[in-house]
Amino acid sequence: MLIRKQSSIPSSEITDYALFKQRRAIIKATGASLIAGAGFSVFPQALAQSGKSLAGVRKSSYSLNETPTDYDDVVRYNNFYEFGTGKGDPVKNSQNFKTRPWSISIEGEVEKPGRIDMEDILKTQQLEERVYRLRCVEAWSMVVPWVGFSLADLLKRFAPTSKARFVEFVTLNDPEQMPGQRVSVLKWPYREGLRIDEAMHPLTILAVGLYGEILPNQNGAPVRLVVPWKYGFKSIKSIVKIRLSESMPDTSWNISAPGEYGFYANVNPNVAHPRWSQKRERVIGGSIFSPKRDTDMFNGYTDQVGHLYAGMNLQKYY
Amino acid sequence: MRNEWLVPVSRATVFTIALLPFAGMVWDAVFDLLGPDPIEALHFRSGDWTLRFLMFTLACTPLKLLFQWKFQLRFRRMLGLFAFFYATIHLAVYLVLDLSFSWQEMVEDIPKSPYVLVGLAAYILLIPLAATSTRKMVQRLGRNWKKLHRLVYLVATLGVVHFFWLVKADLSEPMIYAGILSLLFLVRIVHNMKGQQFVPQAAPLLRLFLGPKS
Repeated sequence: MLIRKQSSIPSSEITDYALFKQRRAIIKATGASLIAGAGFSVFPQALAQSGKSLAGVRKSSYSLNETPTDYDDVVRYNNFYEFGTGKGDPVKNSQNFKTRPWSISIEGEVEKPGRIDMEDILKTQQLEERVYRLRCVEAWSMVVPWVGFSLADLLKRFAPTSKARFVEFVTLNDPEQMPGQRVSVLKWPYREGLRIDEAMHPLTILAVGLYGEILPNQNGAPVRLVVPWKYGFKSIKSIVKIRLSESMPDTSWNISAPGEYGFYANVNPNVAHPRWSQKRERVIGGSIFSPKRDTDMFNGYTDQVGHLYAGMNLQKYY
Repeated sequence: MRNEWLVPVSRATVFTIALLPFAGMVWDAVFDLLGPDPIEALHFRSGDWTLRFLMFTLACTPLKLLFQWKFQLRFRRMLGLFAFFYATIHLAVYLVLDLSFSWQEMVEDIPKSPYVLVGLAAYILLIPLAATSTRKMVQRLGRNWKKLHRLVYLVATLGVVHFFWLVKADLSEPMIYAGILSLLFLVRIVHNMKGQQFVPQAAPLLRLFLGPKS
């Protein structure tokens, strides 16, 4: 079993967050004035809501030592079809989305099924900052400083049975609030799944924030999955249900185009999407002259997760 | 047009308006307003305008057939050349900015991307049309000019297919183009059917719209 050791980091190492926040405030102020100056209002309320910072966030040794993508790019370039299929739609259409009250129902192959409230999660789970690379199946990437907690820690509270071989996740189904769900672009509600060993892997987290702040609605508030070695569409947003099961669950993109999006969806430069190459990726936040980056196997997490797929034909199980 | 002096003025106006999307792209590129993924933004915008100008060009004749309007025919050549202009930008963004002239990447990428092949085919077919758009070429080619320029129907169809093929799940935008293009084809077909003689070239298109049995 992969159980994360509770490493104790002295609080002195965490305090640079205040400095970080200060810097953010400056960046935001200049960014906002620039946008206002150009006559655009990209974020009606987004900045105001996401301004709340999360307390007691620890650093993590699982973080990449890389500069995160600009905050403004992370919160306005989103694939979240529940709020529209354009990259700029979620930030526009999700601002009135209600993320409280919120709870996750945990069902299926667990000894203690039940419902856990968001406030309870935030009170009881140790939050960590995880700076991860995010690689979209559309061949672009970002580096995001998520704030979240280990999914394994949460699942263990509900005592998975020996029959629990897969974990299914389901997004809220609410066409009233999620205008994208009024159009049958995908089969709603969005669903995703992991194998149990993938779900229990210490890299797999449920994120409740980014850049030290409460998760903006357009990024999957109030709680989303983050599986950094898989294509972004695996990291399901606004989760209301987690179901453990013996059989492999259906997943939304696999239902939509089984030949293009597999259950595993591990980042793999050697397996092309049927309509485009996955060898390289555009790095978000660059200029028109920025070169592309070579895509890494398992998005650079081979050392940590390669063993999960030992002996597996990754061409077949894409 | 009764006031002949108006012709150059209106031509200049249409020319200026047709350049505005390009000016917008240059402006946004210079002032860094293209958003988080600037190459994709330029790529999409130039692609959109290529399809739009193809539709404008193909709308000229149906407007005449439906409403007996004639003024738009003066701009048809210019509109067609603007379609070629935006297609050239679209292709240049792909080759220069997206692939940064990496031949290796091109050789690896293009065969894996069927929609790129379709787009390239459409562009290659546009080249002879742009090259023979001068008055001299129209005279020199005579009847063949019209035959050659029928290729634009194929180009527009390939352009819409190119769009369909690259989309992940939301087909609404390519559907709009497909709808407009079908409508423009339909006006021509219906007109040809009403005419004295049935135009044999329309037969395959007819089958496409009305099904094989009718």
